[in-house]
Amino acid sequence: PRHLLRNVILIPAGKFDYDLVVIGGGSGGLACSKEAAQLGQRVAVLDYVEPSLKGTKWGLGGTCVNVGCIPKKLMHQAALLGTAVKDARKYGWQIPESLSTMAEAVQNHVKSLNWGHRVQLQDKKVKYLNMKGSLVDTHTIRAVNGKGKEVLTAKNIVLATGGRPKYPTHVPGAMEFGITNVALECAGFLTGIGLDTTVMVRSIALRGFDQQMSGLVTDYMEAYGTKFSWKCTPKSIEKLPSGLLRVTWMDLNTKEEHQDTFNSVLWAVGRASETKTLNLEKVGVEINKETGKIIVATDEATSVPNIFAIGDIAEGRPELTPTAIKAGKLLARRLVGHSTELMNYDNVATTVFTPLEYGCVGLSEEEAERRHGKDQIEVYHAFYKPLEFTVAERDATQCYIKVVCLREGDQRVLGMHFTGPNAGEVTQGFSLGFQCGLTYEHLRNTVGIHPTCAEELIKLNITKRSGLDATVTGC
Amino acid sequence: VVGGGSGGLACSKEVAVLDFVEPSLKGTKWGLGGTCVNVGCVPKKLMHQAALLGTALRDARKYGWQIPESQTAMAKAVQNHMKSLNWGHRVQLQDKKVKYLNMKGSLVDEHTVRAVDAKGKEMKMSARNIVFAAGGRPKYPTHVPGAEEFGITSDDVFWLNESPKKTLVVGASYVALECAGFLAGIGLDTTVMVRRIALRGFDQQMSGLVTVYMEAHGIKFSWKCTPKRVKKLPSGLLQVTWMDLNTTEEHQDTFNSVLWAVGRAPETKTLNLEKIIVAADEATSVPNIFAIGDIAEGRPELTPTAIKAGRLLARRLVGRSTELMNYENVATTVFTPLEYGCVGLSEEEAERRHGKDQIEVYHAFYKPLEFTVAERDATQCYIKVVCLQEGEQRVLGLHFTGPNAGEVTQGFSLGFQCGLTYEHLRNTVRTHPTCAEELVKLNITKRSGLDATVTGC
Repeated sequence: PRHLLRNVILIPAGKFDYDLVVIGGGSGGLACSKEAAQLGQRVAVLDYVEPSLKGTKWGLGGTCVNVGCIPKKLMHQAALLGTAVKDARKYGWQIPESLSTMAEAVQNHVKSLNWGHRVQLQDKKVKYLNMKGSLVDTHTIRAVNGKGKEVLTAKNIVLATGGRPKYPTHVPGAMEFGITNVALECAGFLTGIGLDTTVMVRSIALRGFDQQMSGLVTDYMEAYGTKFSWKCTPKSIEKLPSGLLRVTWMDLNTKEEHQDTFNSVLWAVGRASETKTLNLEKVGVEINKETGKIIVATDEATSVPNIFAIGDIAEGRPELTPTAIKAGKLLARRLVGHSTELMNYDNVATTVFTPLEYGCVGLSEEEAERRHGKDQIEVYHAFYKPLEFTVAERDATQCYIKVVCLREGDQRVLGMHFTGPNAGEVTQGFSLGFQCGLTYEHLRNTVGIHPTCAEELIKLNITKRSGLDATVTGC
Repeated sequence: VVGGGSGGLACSKEVAVLDFVEPSLKGTKWGLGGTCVNVGCVPKKLMHQAALLGTALRDARKYGWQIPESQTAMAKAVQNHMKSLNWGHRVQLQDKKVKYLNMKGSLVDEHTVRAVDAKGKEMKMSARNIVFAAGGRPKYPTHVPGAEEFGITSDDVFWLNESPKKTLVVGASYVALECAGFLAGIGLDTTVMVRRIALRGFDQQMSGLVTVYMEAHGIKFSWKCTPKRVKKLPSGLLQVTWMDLNTTEEHQDTFNSVLWAVGRAPETKTLNLEKIIVAADEATSVPNIFAIGDIAEGRPELTPTAIKAGRLLARRLVGRSTELMNYENVATTVFTPLEYGCVGLSEEEAERRHGKDQIEVYHAFYKPLEFTVAERDATQCYIKVVCLQEGEQRVLGLHFTGPNAGEVTQGFSLGFQCGLTYEHLRNTVRTHPTCAEELVKLNITKRSGLDATVTGC
């Protein structure tokens, strides 16, 4: 019988304490450890949250559950409901003006998820240690927390410690100068719950995403009330006697300096991986010096054969929860010898939950042109108006769809892009089409569900090349 | 083309279309565009949205918005939107040089149509080809005394000038359930009277989830009951007498309005025909006469299939194409308070065709993230995918109840075009956090008997 109390070193049943130790209890780490345990492995997962500079910390579950996808979507929903209240009046509901307060309920939900994850690990007989792990050698891990330390040995080790937001250390202070979806999503829900919000962008928004779509997203946000300071970079931040923060920034076009005061400054300038404290160099796990991320092969193996890395910490991987989860599960199956299936990172759908949501899968138009040449691709597109916007008198100018295809033959779809309500719900099903070699013909042969926004994807018939007006009219 | 609705307009942008709306018994009439635009899909979805916004107001409070209790008035805005669509259609026909006649058409012989307008003015026109697309209208249960005199139908409910107030909806089709859904959603006391089963023809497990949700949300159901008569009281209220088919006892209650949703019948009486029998190319028994949309026997009563069939027919008539309309695996969505999207076969139909042993059903009870903070009951939020058991497990039917069911279902229905299998679902990476991703996470089978409730990520 094994003891399940902490701070007790287990008597090893085999050569190692565990078949698998996972460092990091986030999306990838939890998925991997649960799958491995289900397949009969002895598994331990270490999860430890280094408090932020402001002292914020959280429980088991990683970025997604605590400071990512989940609270983000709930705050986004809170903001959307603010819009729904405005719409409701147009639909005949008589409602006086309303205020909003940040709901504790969001935080409570996150805490319930922490608990849920702990229970799940227990159910699946995965040992959970709320301790910070680092490598001693290729089979030994050192675990430390405020109360003590432990040493564990493992046949295989998976590193899944994710990333944390970067601070631009050359600028003392904070103002949101964003180049990622994190910046725009946060700005979006802050505006949506009624706060005066400005986004400062040094060069372009949503780097890596289709830039036409990015423009639609930010245009909508500007029309929605979020202010943008384009091509600006912060120079310094000071705290005034009043408690307000005074930010000085430079307009990169004019080279002039400007100032303004804010209550809060939110940095969303990228994320860096948690590799410094893992002691990778000593053990021989290679990292990309620039990004700090761990270099991995297609089977997630690092330069050390029994050490693997998944999720945000791995070089070249999408920084998404579902890919980390899937990679973790497939890795567990391979480690047990249950399967040889590798994770397929191509054509992964994603959604940016900005006030006007943006769902996409496959290549951006720019990338498709780069790979195939402008003459070899055909872009079908449409500006459409969600039916719900009509009575609500909402502006649908940025509601847009485009499908980027190869020009010849059945016109295989290379990329699909959608801005509009419920973009994630719309995109998921279409992304499945990429599994079976989606073509424009397939789209055209599908009958629409009426009335929806999603049906506009299968109604696409105007090409960019034709130069015709792409506004959908009537049914 | 006789009929200016979804099918007729799609087909007719190359010829002439006759559209005429016989006023309902209550005198309701409307403009060009057919059922979908005027008394179907469009106003239905807008009323459904008005009801959903009522729920959103309740949710908003849970998310921290401070909103006092609110009431609602039926929005004229919905009616105004339909009128703008009528106008839009007329402009489109003009732009495409289609002659539009607001006249009632009937057949004289296989190449001659008689057209009559509201004032009785007649004209005759000859045509090489004729397409019937006159659609359907709600039926009245004429054997129930008072039904025609005192009841309304879906023709009327979108165009009322004042609130219908306490309403009895008779019927259990999607029309009945959708109407009951939005009436209750905007705050009205609503009862649905069902003679046998709800959503006949749809997967019955899913139908049960839809109606259970409605009952949990304040809509009353009188199951296995049938109305006997409707009387108007001196107060103006309607007294309905009905029989409980289980006990054979009679009951009575009063309502402000009675809405009949007991089926639709094709507009063929004045055309000198019944529901028109058609071949795979929409041809009738007369070679140059065709029928599309609700009026055609055996066709789904849906706008998108009528539109597509209309366009393909026009292209075939011009010799531009030989492509036939494919009516299989057409996705549809029922816009009840808990929406239900589906494509392909019901579980019952799959069992009937293949045998229970040859199919595998993957399923899950999930909870939309947005419901958590809103403290909303997700008990009926459910997904099932019915597959063949062997090999790659080809998907036969896909069913989803939850928010934005139409948006979720559309993309998956495309998968049927390329022989969707369970493997495909499993190989698709999820978009997180969404409800749609639950479809690609399905892994519990009904056969296993395991708890199908989704837990955590």
